[in-house]
Amino acid sequence: MIRSFGWESVEFLIRGAGWTLLLSFMTFVIGGCFALIFALLRTLGPKPVRLAIAGFIQLVQATPLLIIVFLSFYGLSFVGLHFPPMVGAGLSLAVYTTVFLGDIWRGCIEAIPRQQWEAADALALTRMQQLRYVILPQAFKISLGPTVGFMVQIVKNTSVVALIGFVELTRAGQLLNNMTFQPFHVFLTVAAIYFAICYPMSFLSERLKGNRHVRPAH
Amino acid sequence: MAYQMNFAPVMALAPQLFEGAFNTLILSGQSIVAGIAIGVVGAVGRTEGPRWLDRAIGAYVELFRNTPLLVQLFLIFFGLPYIGLRLSANAAAIIAVALNLGAYSTEILRAGLQAIPRTQIEAGLALGMSRLQVVRYVVIVPALRIIYPALTGQLTLTLLGSSIASAISATELTAAGARIESTTFRSLETFLCVAVIYIAMTFTFRFIYWLIGLLLFRRKAPPKPSLIADISEISRVGV
Repeated sequence: MIRSFGWESVEFLIRGAGWTLLLSFMTFVIGGCFALIFALLRTLGPKPVRLAIAGFIQLVQATPLLIIVFLSFYGLSFVGLHFPPMVGAGLSLAVYTTVFLGDIWRGCIEAIPRQQWEAADALALTRMQQLRYVILPQAFKISLGPTVGFMVQIVKNTSVVALIGFVELTRAGQLLNNMTFQPFHVFLTVAAIYFAICYPMSFLSERLKGNRHVRPAH
Repeated sequence: MAYQMNFAPVMALAPQLFEGAFNTLILSGQSIVAGIAIGVVGAVGRTEGPRWLDRAIGAYVELFRNTPLLVQLFLIFFGLPYIGLRLSANAAAIIAVALNLGAYSTEILRAGLQAIPRTQIEAGLALGMSRLQVVRYVVIVPALRIIYPALTGQLTLTLLGSSIASAISATELTAAGARIESTTFRSLETFLCVAVIYIAMTFTFRFIYWLIGLLLFRRKAPPKPSLIADISEISRVGV
């Protein structure tokens, strides 16, 4: 049945956008937890652990997200586990997020001057207390801009799981295109919805970065 | 029941994978040349041009950085024929990836240009350097050194991001993998091989970028920008 592109279609896309947001949120929470562990282990862990994590990050960062999605989609079912596409999609996006966010946050922790560690040490704080009360609060402030900036990447990256059939915004657009044969309207609307989600975050990210980003005077 | 890996059927079709890898290099190479050209024009337009040009380029940058590459690709490949412009899958892929890279590289290059204080240029002229020498030794090389990590990171992401073009069956590595997968039914093995090829290509290019960096920046280093600035530059990349 050929439908024409109307308000109903926009509603359909907005429902898809809901799934995009949910998937992005899940990805950020799960990926964020692992990213924090990675960042801490990579700055403070024993040398073998640091090397292993660095190697893993290098490998994943050198693989396209789409291939990671395919690997977890086919890989999970081959080891005999049958999950709904949501799990495969979430898993691959979380792995991807972990390595990039882990790298960003490691940079933020390393950006804290060594003297801060030494001062905290001199105040007889334990290693955990140094982290908890001195280093992480400062690193958190630095990380805000880049983190919000990366959230934009997460939202955009969720579009890739459309290719394994998970019905989020992009997949909804493809389906709608097959029903209406009005690709220009459909994908322009899809793009507009993504823009409406991402632009405020990009804007916020630049504002958050700007506070600290001292440029030489001209 | 444990799954038995069997790479033999995939290995038999290895030439197809290598051909795909070659096509990925061609496709992303063309996009990178076009994308960097857009980036140079965009960055110079934004810093030196009139206000309206800055606004217009800014709008282009924000539109392309805040929508997914896959949607841009669909819009160009499926949408443009609707208004009378029919493109082959490869042409659409090259245009989409180039426009996407153009937006990111505009911002990266602009950050580099803005990092060179005007007084340095004046100092160069005062020392009797020609305009061309000033542009080369005072502006381009130092600016390039500052943005080099972000720029090369972006180029890597572009190479990997070109895998998205498989969604419209452009000829490249991921599409070659998908074709092999559909004839051998060895999905996991196929995409593991594809991943290994992407990783090998990425590491090779990182090595090349490192070599180019050595050659370009032999002279004394300017003060390194702070690590914090580094982080926000690197978080500027994406697809």
